[in-house]
Amino acid sequence: MSFKNILSQLNIFAQCKKYGLPLWQCPQFLFLVMGIVIAITAITFYAIATRYIADPRLVALMVLIITAILFIIANIINRSFERLAEASRMKSEFISVVSHQLRSPLSNLRWAIEFLMSGRTDPITEKQLEYFKILKENSVRMGELVSDLLIVSRLETAKLPFKKQEFAFEDLINNLIKEFKPLARASNVEIKFEPEKNLPKVFSDPSQLRLVIENLLDNAIRYIKERGQVEIKLEKRDKNFYFEIKDNGVGIPREDQKYIFQKFFRSENILRYQTQGSGLGLYISKAIVERSGGKISFRSQEGVGSTFWFTIPIK
Amino acid sequence: MKKILFIEDESALQKTFGEILKQEGYEMTSALNGEVGLRLAKTQKPDLILLDLILPRVHGFEVLKKLKEDKETKDIPVIVLTNLEGIGDIDKALELGATTYLVKAQYSLEEVVEKIKKALGE
Repeated sequence: MSFKNILSQLNIFAQCKKYGLPLWQCPQFLFLVMGIVIAITAITFYAIATRYIADPRLVALMVLIITAILFIIANIINRSFERLAEASRMKSEFISVVSHQLRSPLSNLRWAIEFLMSGRTDPITEKQLEYFKILKENSVRMGELVSDLLIVSRLETAKLPFKKQEFAFEDLINNLIKEFKPLARASNVEIKFEPEKNLPKVFSDPSQLRLVIENLLDNAIRYIKERGQVEIKLEKRDKNFYFEIKDNGVGIPREDQKYIFQKFFRSENILRYQTQGSGLGLYISKAIVERSGGKISFRSQEGVGSTFWFTIPIK
Repeated sequence: MKKILFIEDESALQKTFGEILKQEGYEMTSALNGEVGLRLAKTQKPDLILLDLILPRVHGFEVLKKLKEDKETKDIPVIVLTNLEGIGDIDKALELGATTYLVKAQYSLEEVVEKIKKALGE
């Protein structure tokens, strides 16, 4: 944390404004009040004790009063934290409801477009097909965004349980590579996968692990400008699996690197090359890897490429 | 001609599927709610049922349960076609006897048609 960060943390008024809470309900402010009360009490008691030590009842009464005040403040703090938690829960629930509601019209839209594109109704012209493709791509994109939002809301409300089972990690990766072949071919990207020999099976949730690798693989291919190579490694390191994916794509500018795992963050150079993507993939990947007890990180240089890696426990 | 019953409250989907399944050589009947769906399943004896889960009147899970309890309809394969994919939804549907569970958002129209053909053994 930089010095500037610490300073901004200390600016209680700004912090309270951020949460949208009145001052008397804002935890930061109330903690400060509590601290001041305690400090004043200590000094007052010292003063009183040196003068009126003969009458302990007075001291006892004051202790009682101060305790009551502190108790009330603590209670308000507690309630305001509950309010904050409730607000966050409602936000996630809202996202979940909206996303579900959005899904039905999106499927209707997408399938109707696909039906028209198939030429099953009437033959369509080259020009029409071009525009149908735009419609389809965008409805698929919207669908993906909604799906990502649903995953995020489930992750944040802890409604995405782990369904652990034993499976071959390298098979999962090979299957995904197969699925990505068309996109890779269209982008002139070659995917290389070299797993270590005789790897043990992994005990984890295959669908969640799949989401992580899907996001990393998709990024790696998408952010290669013209032609390039994606190299995937899988190794056993102590009690963990180590997965690495290296591309020679556009890379992440140094000043953007610290934000890369944040929700909705999209690097400026990526926006220049292509506009698709929700900015949620890496956020989701990080949340899943960390919940599995692993670590995720990367190294990257703009114009040279990026290498993302993560670890997950074998069992 | 094989018969397919489509229990789904979105009339837009009914229209799209009605058209495409007709072209594929199937006869499709629509039911816009669970109650009608159950009745048509019994009277028409379709070769396959496509079932949405979020339905008015009788929920899709209830429809599925009743279909599988009734000896007249229990052998009809059921493909669940829905946007619901919460915890346990997929497990519950398969436990109740659904043949396949498809999340709408994850499949293209042609892919769904392929799954239908496969479920009909074609």
